[in-house]
Amino acid sequence: MHSYPSIETKESLIQHPLSEPHIEIKDLNVHIDGRHILKNINLALPNNSVTSIIGPSGCGKTTLLKTLNRLVDDTKGVEITGSVLVNGEDIYGRNAEVTHIRKKMGLLSQKPYPLPMSIYDNVAYGPRIHGIKSKKELDKIVETQLRNVALWDEVKDRLGHSASGLSIGQQQRLCLARGLAVEPEIILGDESTSALDPLSTAKIEELLIELKKDYTIVLVTHILRQARRVSDYILFVYGGEILEFGPTEQVLLNPQHEITKQYVKGFIS
Amino acid sequence: MDNTKRRLLNEKIAKGFMHLSGITVTASLFFIVGTILYKGLPYLNWDMVSQLPKGGFYIGKEGGILNAILGSLYLAGVATALSALIGIPISLYLNVYLGGKSRITQFSKLLFDVLYGVPSIVYGAVGFGIMVYFGIRASLLGGIITVTLLTVPIVVRTVDELIKTIPQDLKNVTLSLGTTRWELAKVMLRSIRAGLLTAILLAFGRAIGDVAGVLLTTGFSDNLPKYIDEPAATLPLAIFFQLSSPIPEVQGRAYASALVLTIIILIIVVCTHILQSKQKNR
Repeated sequence: MHSYPSIETKESLIQHPLSEPHIEIKDLNVHIDGRHILKNINLALPNNSVTSIIGPSGCGKTTLLKTLNRLVDDTKGVEITGSVLVNGEDIYGRNAEVTHIRKKMGLLSQKPYPLPMSIYDNVAYGPRIHGIKSKKELDKIVETQLRNVALWDEVKDRLGHSASGLSIGQQQRLCLARGLAVEPEIILGDESTSALDPLSTAKIEELLIELKKDYTIVLVTHILRQARRVSDYILFVYGGEILEFGPTEQVLLNPQHEITKQYVKGFIS
Repeated sequence: MDNTKRRLLNEKIAKGFMHLSGITVTASLFFIVGTILYKGLPYLNWDMVSQLPKGGFYIGKEGGILNAILGSLYLAGVATALSALIGIPISLYLNVYLGGKSRITQFSKLLFDVLYGVPSIVYGAVGFGIMVYFGIRASLLGGIITVTLLTVPIVVRTVDELIKTIPQDLKNVTLSLGTTRWELAKVMLRSIRAGLLTAILLAFGRAIGDVAGVLLTTGFSDNLPKYIDEPAATLPLAIFFQLSSPIPEVQGRAYASALVLTIIILIIVVCTHILQSKQKNR
């Protein structure tokens, strides 16, 4: 078991670091067009756990997630200071290679966006661009990953069909398989179930809990019940700052900060 | 009048206008096609599309317009292919590498909007100027260069609009698989492939229908367009010359030529639609 960080102050998060932080954020500040979006973020996320980022709309949750795989780079007028360490390596460092960093982090977007190709090619796309050419090897990856997301039995007879023919829930599982096929270490989810029906949502949640054995998972979510169901830690972001970070039960049931209290009770959204 | 009645009346007026413009457009289309058919059909025969003109395009009543059909197809085909080869990479570069919001992109888009709107006679004049400078005579090559310049802005702007329809999240998830920009660009092209055909079709339509650009740069010829450095006939110019002839039969042949041009465009449009529906079903 990892030691829980103290939650009294933001600074304490680095003063009592987790035993094996997978992702470590140090003095991260993000400005977009002069607006201060993320303020002095210091955070350490442990291996093999699910962390949910919660907070009101526009608080900077998604920007925080995007700084982890450097998708934030593409935003116009963005300025980033501080560092994000993954396995101790700064992804904003001079020698960091962005395609390599992104390969390490699978992204599950809000709505499923299958690539405009067949079911098979969606999963095989990542491995292919990263250099796997053998048909046999690709076949194996496709089957393994589709089984991983419990989609294999539903699609094994139509692997050559267009991915857009699948239901939304199936598409989201396919997107997860596509992300897993490049063998990431971290899975980032940006409200990944918000377009799904309850049944498909439950399936994705089950998968995430299953997957944390092998991955570190960071989710942005609006749904507190979901955060409670799937996450080990909760990170509450408010006005671009981390107000609270701790084990799920503690943040939801016994929040330390007055604003967190109001948020989890539903007074602010 | 109470509020609900007023709103319903507004709705009726708006709908009335829509119907009126719909009817006007449809009627004009029928009138145009009807005129071409009525005046051109009596002169349309196999010779018309399989023979070269006999006795000159201006006064000749015999032979056909094979020279112009082939000339137009060569010119429009090559120019469209070139403009796709030039225009699509420009659009991708602006959107994928520079980013849709960068200043250079914004400025370039403005520039292409202006180029889009420039009348083809201006392109013709510029092309003509270049040709005179380099000592090239009116030729198929001159026409291809001019018409390519004319159609590149169409491809750039249409592809640009198509790229705008690609959801940011699709780009994000693609990048998050660790793709390079070029790999992202290829995925983007795939996702708009049905629309790309429309872009190319638009360019082809403008290329094959252009008169002013080719008038100065391509010239006209009664022979088959065998060499790229020789003048070549085009359908719009054939129609123009035949219509200005004092001989009624030749004028009739102008309408038959217009019919041929319309049929060519119809065939291309239908083929595009078939290809598009095949793409969408995949």
